[in-house]
Amino acid sequence: MRTIVVSVAVALTAGAAFAQQKSAADGIAEYRKMLEDGNPADLFEAKGEELWTQKRGPKGASLQACDLGKGPGVVKGAFVELPRYFADTGRVQDLESRLVTCMEALQGFNGAEIAKTAFGRGEQANVTALATYVAAASRGLRFNLPQAHAEERRSYEIGKRVFFFRGGPYDFSCASCHGEDGKRIRLQDLPNLTKNPGDGVGFAAWPAYRVSNGQMWSMQLRLNDCYRQQRFPYPGFGSEATIAVSTYMGVNAKGAESIAPAIKR
Amino acid sequence: MADPMRIRAQAAGDKTTVRVLMSHEMETGQRKDSAGKTIPAWFIQEVTATHNGKPVLSAQWGPAVSKNPFLQFTIKGAKAGDKVAVNWIDNKGDKRTDEATVS
Repeated sequence: MRTIVVSVAVALTAGAAFAQQKSAADGIAEYRKMLEDGNPADLFEAKGEELWTQKRGPKGASLQACDLGKGPGVVKGAFVELPRYFADTGRVQDLESRLVTCMEALQGFNGAEIAKTAFGRGEQANVTALATYVAAASRGLRFNLPQAHAEERRSYEIGKRVFFFRGGPYDFSCASCHGEDGKRIRLQDLPNLTKNPGDGVGFAAWPAYRVSNGQMWSMQLRLNDCYRQQRFPYPGFGSEATIAVSTYMGVNAKGAESIAPAIKR
Repeated sequence: MADPMRIRAQAAGDKTTVRVLMSHEMETGQRKDSAGKTIPAWFIQEVTATHNGKPVLSAQWGPAVSKNPFLQFTIKGAKAGDKVAVNWIDNKGDKRTDEATVS
């Protein structure tokens, strides 16, 4: 009789511990759900939409003739097929570097100048808003990055090597945190980016609005901050390495549903 | 001129839920910039809402409200096609009014 009582008590304790562990992740999920309804990313999406049609820059042109990979002016569905190879620039480009190319070619902005600008300032803030608008037009669609061109396959391979490349004072790589299931940073669960992490997770969630600092974060800024946390030198905006890592994550996420622009804690 | 608000008004029976997302910095006046200088306070001070021109809500806000604030309230007796307008004035005197149709 006594043994039965003991085993029941053990089962209860284990149950309580499990419930507590679950409630931490559940709590965050609940918090996100509550915020989802009034996602301020909507404000950036509206701003981006306005910037897309507005005549701007030294050439006084809109971006409506911009080719994001699905033909000039086609916005819907472009996000879930980027990064991809563009024949006119002769390289693989992600959404943001492609937007800068369009701003340079159509509107006459200085692309190198934009790349040097800090995130959230001047034209760089406009690039983020435009990226939010383009991403939002593909909400609910599934990732399907092209890998037909040799350059696209090369970008994937480079991305894979960059992802696993260890360095910096912590001897970290992207794979240190994102290479297996069940890892977390503080209370946030980290997605395993070496495979498809699921709908709306990882590559399928950015650009996203960060509630904690009230900023809209693009993929380039997300990667930039990942490298800061690894204590690596900051990668250049729209550099081949960042685009390659994006290609690697994007191809891995094939079939995942895009929820971008998402909301983050 | 301030950026536009996003207003959604959804009727369900007698009650209409209005959800407003405002674009505003909402500086508290407590923060310092990288040079150590205080960033001056800049926040929405007064919010009013009207239903077909008739006032239904008025609120006084302060620096405790978050950046890009979200406001939700319910009004009674609104029907689809009615107009709901929201207006805010900040402490610098900048203002913004946007209107939405109840659906």
